[in-house]
Amino acid sequence: MSTVIKDTKADKVFKILNYSFLFFAFIIVLYPLIYIISASVSNPSEVSSGKMWLFPKGVTWEGYKLILQNDLIWKGYLNTIFYTVLGTMVNLLFTIPAAYALSRKDLAGRNLFMGLFVFTMFFSGGLIPSYLLIKNLGMIDTIWAMIIPGACSVWNLIVTRVFFQVSIPKELEEAAAIDGCTNMKLFVRIILPLSTPIIAVMALFYGVGHWNSYFDALIYLSNKDLYPLQLVLREILVVQSMTAEMAGNGMSSSVAEAAHHKAELAAIIKYGVMIVSTLPIIIVYPFLQRFFVKGVMIGSVKG
Amino acid sequence: MPIVQAFYNKKQKSHIYFIRHSQVELAYKQAVSKEKGGGDKVNGAKVTTNQTDALLDVGLRSKEPKLEEKINIRKKRMKKILRNWELYLFLLPTVAYFIIFAYVPMYGVQIAFKDFIPTNGIWGSEWVGFKHFTHFFESYYFWDLIKNTLGISVYEMIIGFPLPILLALSINEAKDGLFKRTVQTVTYAPHFISVVVMAGMIIAFLSPSTGMINHVLVFFGLEPIAFLSDPKWFKTVYVFSGVWQGTGWGTIIYLAALAGVDQQLHEAAIVDGASRLQRIWHINIPALVPTMVILFILNMGSILGVSFEKILLLQNSLNMDSSNVIATFVYKAGLLDAQYSFAAAVGLFNSVISAILLVVVNQIARKKSETSLW
Repeated sequence: MSTVIKDTKADKVFKILNYSFLFFAFIIVLYPLIYIISASVSNPSEVSSGKMWLFPKGVTWEGYKLILQNDLIWKGYLNTIFYTVLGTMVNLLFTIPAAYALSRKDLAGRNLFMGLFVFTMFFSGGLIPSYLLIKNLGMIDTIWAMIIPGACSVWNLIVTRVFFQVSIPKELEEAAAIDGCTNMKLFVRIILPLSTPIIAVMALFYGVGHWNSYFDALIYLSNKDLYPLQLVLREILVVQSMTAEMAGNGMSSSVAEAAHHKAELAAIIKYGVMIVSTLPIIIVYPFLQRFFVKGVMIGSVKG
Repeated sequence: MPIVQAFYNKKQKSHIYFIRHSQVELAYKQAVSKEKGGGDKVNGAKVTTNQTDALLDVGLRSKEPKLEEKINIRKKRMKKILRNWELYLFLLPTVAYFIIFAYVPMYGVQIAFKDFIPTNGIWGSEWVGFKHFTHFFESYYFWDLIKNTLGISVYEMIIGFPLPILLALSINEAKDGLFKRTVQTVTYAPHFISVVVMAGMIIAFLSPSTGMINHVLVFFGLEPIAFLSDPKWFKTVYVFSGVWQGTGWGTIIYLAALAGVDQQLHEAAIVDGASRLQRIWHINIPALVPTMVILFILNMGSILGVSFEKILLLQNSLNMDSSNVIATFVYKAGLLDAQYSFAAAVGLFNSVISAILLVVVNQIARKKSETSLW
């Protein structure tokens, strides 16, 4: 771009400062991530004394061994996978067809429907009435409490609608209509195959949401057999640590007790579970990053 | 293309049909379509409206086409709805979902004005007017809650709002290549860490005896700080952990806007001798303003709705003085202490203020910058 005209001195200084700033941001974000990975395989006493600061010291796999032996973590893992897969499928079912219908200009009353949905973004009944509703529906302590209450997000609905509006040519629908193709056939045979990018994006957004959520489980589930991974993590990472931090000694919860007997191993397990619980996302993230980014970008086109 | 042509032919045919069918109706339809199509043209608008009126007058004077017209339009509309019945089927589950899980709770929020007794149900409980609201406003913790909620939100906004813009501008100036890609990939990554893991990291890193941050402080000869048991530090911990997690991801939307900047502007500016900083200031930043305004409005709407999932995890009895916000209070009062009506009232207060803020800020934005949500 600026090859013809040489950079001035001020521009050169700017460039250096800019790259330094980027590098600084890069290190700030990266360091804690590396620290966690290193700490999860280091000798706990090296970590707690601060001798381990970048690369693993006194490598040990003890932490991961204990995590793999822990039934609660396994169960939580399986539950989370189940909630994520089923939940995401339900999400797509509630989002994609509706978004397509709303993207059609010849749909009478589309603004009415849109208004109905968008209004809920800005105003809601709040936590308590929602909780009472779920309770009255008898969903407390069932897997449905993890699936149904978040079945559709207005934001994702809008993003999907914008995608359809932008990328499906109107002529295609008109042509199909003339050839006597019903809307259902049109959607299944033509629209869906054309919209794999948005389906991927939505599956990722919803999927990560399910994987990472804990609050619905916290308020709707009390049966430990149904606990998702995040709730198990909460006991290990937060509840137990907080009480230990505050009381100064091991007032540990049942989960933590089951997880470890030696107090020293608590720390190494913590770092280990952070890795283990985020692992699926870490694995897919580099490959799917562009999809995530795409999703945000579609959303930024005002719909 | 032939198919499209066919469609237009069909359209043409239907016009011909209309001509045969009724002269008046065709004229009326054309006027209406003109008004719809060309209505937003500056000069055309008034003229077409007049034309429509005139045609309607003609319509009124002829036998009794008004009723016929109406029926025809209604018939056409019904036809349109019937032809698309499958699309309504697509919408049905989603509409049902929102009615049940968003609008029924809005209806249920009336328990804020009642003394809700679960066995009597929402309808059967007794009305008590604003009792719960006055109880809340007069409670000793009311101002603490407001102060903490606003404090955290405003703090978060002052620190967290400009940073993604700054980082996006900076990334945008870097040359495409491995370094830029790596920076982006790494800074986006924390977005995918769950709140629970994030809270676990904060607790582990900030531990006064074993935490990484305190080791650094000690290394520089400072006293270790008990960040999480000191109310003074809570808001800072909350805000900066959020910055660490969200800044990179927040740049995406700005980078998209920057990618849309016309490169000719930059070329012209370079020719005119503008420095990089000047180009950023006069070209890139103005290009980001609409995005900033939209995000700012959305932030204002959620200023009372701080993401309380993290606060709830980091809260303990020692930092309660600065970590007790409206949302966590509603959770505790409502779900842990089962004071349903009272908690619903507090929650409703929160929602109403948020909605008002959103509308007001949106209104101001529309007047001042021509960018707004609606």
